[in-house]
Amino acid sequence: MNPLPRQRSKAYGTLLQNYEVRPDAADELFAAPGQMRPVWDAFIAQLGRLSPDEVAVHFARGDQYLRDAGVFYRRYSADPQQERDWPLSHIPVILHEREWIDLCAGLSQRAELLEKVVSDLYGPADLVRNGHLPAELVARNPEWLRPLVGIAPASGHFLHFLAFEIGRSPDGSWLVLGDRTQAPSGAGFALENRMATSRIFPDPFPRANLRRLAGFFRSFRDAMDRLPGAEGRRTAVLTPGPGNDAYFEHTYIARYLGLALLEGEDLIVQNGNVQVRTVSGPQPVGVLWRRLDAAYADPLELDETSQIGTPGLVDAIRQSNVNMVNALGSGILETRALMAFLPKIAQELLGTPLALPNIATWWCGQESEKAYVKANAERIFVGEALSGALPFDIGQRASAGGDAFGPDGQPLEEWIEAQGQFLVGQEAVTLSTTPVWEGDRLRPRPMTIRVFAARTPGGWTFLPGGYARIGQSGEATALSMQQGGAVADVWVMRDAPAPEETLFEKGSFRRPDMGTLPSRAADNLYWLGRYIERTEGAIRLLRAYHLRLAETGKADLPRIERIAKLLAALGLDVSLPIAATLQPPLAAARVSAGKIRDRFSVDGWAALADLTSSLEAMAPDLQAGDDTVRAMGVLLRKITGFNGFVHENMHHAAGWRFLNFGRALERADGAAAVLGVFAGEDVAAGLPDLALEYGDSRITHQHRYRIDPTRDTVTDLLALDAGNPRAILFQVITMRQIAEELPRARVNGRLTDVLRVLLPLETDLAVADPGMITSERLAELRERLTQVSTHLSSAYLV
Amino acid sequence: MQYDIKLTIGYVYGAPSDHARTLVRLLPTDVVGRQIVRSRLLTVTPRPDERREAHDFFGNAMCTMVFHAPIDRIELTLRASAERLQQAEGLDLSPDLPGLAREIAADRRLDGTAPHHFIGPSVRVPVVPEIEAFARAQVALGMTTLQVVERIGRALHAEMRFETGATDVNTPTAEAFANRHGVCQDFTHIMIAALRALGVPAGYVSGFLRTHPPPGQPRLEGADAMHAWVMAWCGAEMGWVEFDPSNCCQVYQDHITIAFGRDYSDIAPVKGVLRTSGAQDSHHSVDVIPLDG
Repeated sequence: MNPLPRQRSKAYGTLLQNYEVRPDAADELFAAPGQMRPVWDAFIAQLGRLSPDEVAVHFARGDQYLRDAGVFYRRYSADPQQERDWPLSHIPVILHEREWIDLCAGLSQRAELLEKVVSDLYGPADLVRNGHLPAELVARNPEWLRPLVGIAPASGHFLHFLAFEIGRSPDGSWLVLGDRTQAPSGAGFALENRMATSRIFPDPFPRANLRRLAGFFRSFRDAMDRLPGAEGRRTAVLTPGPGNDAYFEHTYIARYLGLALLEGEDLIVQNGNVQVRTVSGPQPVGVLWRRLDAAYADPLELDETSQIGTPGLVDAIRQSNVNMVNALGSGILETRALMAFLPKIAQELLGTPLALPNIATWWCGQESEKAYVKANAERIFVGEALSGALPFDIGQRASAGGDAFGPDGQPLEEWIEAQGQFLVGQEAVTLSTTPVWEGDRLRPRPMTIRVFAARTPGGWTFLPGGYARIGQSGEATALSMQQGGAVADVWVMRDAPAPEETLFEKGSFRRPDMGTLPSRAADNLYWLGRYIERTEGAIRLLRAYHLRLAETGKADLPRIERIAKLLAALGLDVSLPIAATLQPPLAAARVSAGKIRDRFSVDGWAALADLTSSLEAMAPDLQAGDDTVRAMGVLLRKITGFNGFVHENMHHAAGWRFLNFGRALERADGAAAVLGVFAGEDVAAGLPDLALEYGDSRITHQHRYRIDPTRDTVTDLLALDAGNPRAILFQVITMRQIAEELPRARVNGRLTDVLRVLLPLETDLAVADPGMITSERLAELRERLTQVSTHLSSAYLV
Repeated sequence: MQYDIKLTIGYVYGAPSDHARTLVRLLPTDVVGRQIVRSRLLTVTPRPDERREAHDFFGNAMCTMVFHAPIDRIELTLRASAERLQQAEGLDLSPDLPGLAREIAADRRLDGTAPHHFIGPSVRVPVVPEIEAFARAQVALGMTTLQVVERIGRALHAEMRFETGATDVNTPTAEAFANRHGVCQDFTHIMIAALRALGVPAGYVSGFLRTHPPPGQPRLEGADAMHAWVMAWCGAEMGWVEFDPSNCCQVYQDHITIAFGRDYSDIAPVKGVLRTSGAQDSHHSVDVIPLDG
């Protein structure tokens, strides 16, 4: 059935042919058959004017943006590093501001109610005592954290940032499907979706009336900065780390709001205060916007197996010395079974009914509810009572409406009878559908919307947008992104142009403090510098080998064999495929970089990703000799591109210093190692040449010495030349200069241990003659470099 | 019965630990009607830079210690004097199991002694089907809760071998039961699992035993170290009853309580998190001397 009258349908071309709305569901585009919601008019009209090819071009712009920005989410799987492209459904969900304002009023009331419930559950527990909530739903709830009972939050509030999953029921009204109170994710993704749709549908698409998102984030950030004790202390995002599926979002939102991104390991608790370990020593933290589940936050008082927590965090909270957004333990409000009781609790605590109902829920621990669920099983989802999962996210232990069997194959009735107190039934609502582009036209697909709310001094404020989750098929049970669903931007439209919004007040700005680089980030930057340089060194040596191989064409010539043997002494096995040799240091570089993505510009990350993919794309059967030389040339240019980015574009703040220090140390060490092997007294003619190639100094050598390379000239150029960036002395000077700029370089006139090793090393090299630089001296020099690394670590990196 | 208690626990680390933080539950507290603590003193070497005392959710005394400078050892010494009160073995007023379930459902308390905390699985006491089957085989229809507790305790004592060194502090409960051996911690966790499987709220009690038995009686198992036993909720009328499965007896005057919780994880005597890894050694000695016995 075509929902449009014939003459109107013409105006939209083929766009809406086959847009068949289920008779038992509401639709976002059509209020009733043939009756398009006016808020969509302008959008659909403009989309209808584009040919399918033009539509494809528009969509590609958005996809390109997401790829360039590196937007991804991580799918939990056997491979923790598996990243997926962001599954954007290009057509936004469009709502009118009038409807939105009503929704937010209802959710505001709900947020207030949830605050009262959680403060009761961690306080007097009157709800349980007075019979409004069964004790076992609290006591058996893994999110009810006993060590937090009796502790009032420093700010006076448990909840500061919430998300609500809402859906539209067949009669057109909205329902709350789930509350997200623990560490709601998605607001950063909502921002990214908006960036993508503004590229897909640029002006003159009907965007002037679209509500902007920046103001919400500004209010939230300002509210965090105003929490008690926040002044003069840092506000940070606390992330579980790169293994988390929403880690990208954590890095994105931290950067967007200008907040530090910290992991549990970055923090220490001293004298009841939370502090971040930085290269300048511990710095106080006043607010933690927590993105990790509470149980992992403190291995001492919460989950003792947690590797990602901060010992003593609960103790600091007990002493009201840090604001948690949201309070540890707030996750209990996500419990599905709670929804069975909230309507009555609203009456009890607020004196009014819920303005926006939640999905009908029955806890099977009660006889009459149990009987109802059994009798109406075909219209009810049955699932775990204490889980926070949304009704349509079918987990291991849930039964979809109409499915008559429990998880172990027993009849549903038996399951409910045996496990009643652990189960809830939730109405199998048929969710509304929204248009999705498929092939060359729009089709209706089920959706829910995640709405975000932040507490401000003026009350709860809402992100005028959000993100929609879209089911892949017509079934409402296929909404989960982990199960292949998609996401879409949500547009809230006004009748008049919406004001521009910015993250910063006009004329003001926040300059992040450069002196407070977390030690862990510094450590990763240092090792990133080292591994990149190590990779480059290996590429240069391999290229030099294959160049000679290409010249002679024979691997078994004594001279070539000799080189292969010397390379083996440096840890390079020329018989292995190139990719196998270069993969370990490059992978290590990527791991280091992955842990500090928030400090890395998109371009820097892309340069590194490009390097990795070039290496991966290299044929495994690359011909030794000429082919390999060429391939190495490509890699060298890419690595130089990355280094160029670091030098030209990265702010020369503390982070840059550690990265460069790592690079300088590795380069000095590499040059010493290569000289030790290739410039030893007994080496055959031609080998010093190879050292020159490694040091990229052939031309310089020709200009300077005008003789064939000898041991002494090569050593002079690669060890003792303060003006040659490939020389050891040059890099030692670089390190010394950086070390002097690092925090606490001199305390009361006393040098750091790093400088105490570097200064004499510099002097020794400055006064040495090439003849003095023997293999033994080089080995000793490398030992001193190891000491430098150790001292740097203990002074700044732990 | 009056006791003098001396406990020493020490840890030596292979590598100095940076910013060590330790959470200690070693101080005995009063237990209404059962135990009065006359004095208690916990000394720590080296002296911690921070020391704070608080009560945990269950009301146990909890002491947080923080060392700002790296340390290579910690030594904790407790000296306490406590009195165990005479308790008469009363009538069995406990309901049968269906009656117990009704009493639990009607209980609207959430404080640390409420039965609800002790019914579901906990970190160290997961659901173990083999223990559940074992428990079901011991009970008959119509038994009172107290009879169930004693039957399970006796059956486990008969089934299991008390064997020092066969298990360690992290041996899973299921494994200890499969091998039918362990120490007081394993006996206690297994009995808790069995009772919970039957719907009886059960918790973990840590404490001490008198070192030397009264004349003519055998020395108790576990007297040379800290001890653990079971508490079980026998209905609103009787409340909590304690049973020691390692020694197959109800707990009266030979046991001194330190702390209780859902299982060992809630009340481990020493929890410490160290930033450095590496080998560590520990030692542990206990003397519990009756003053009037």
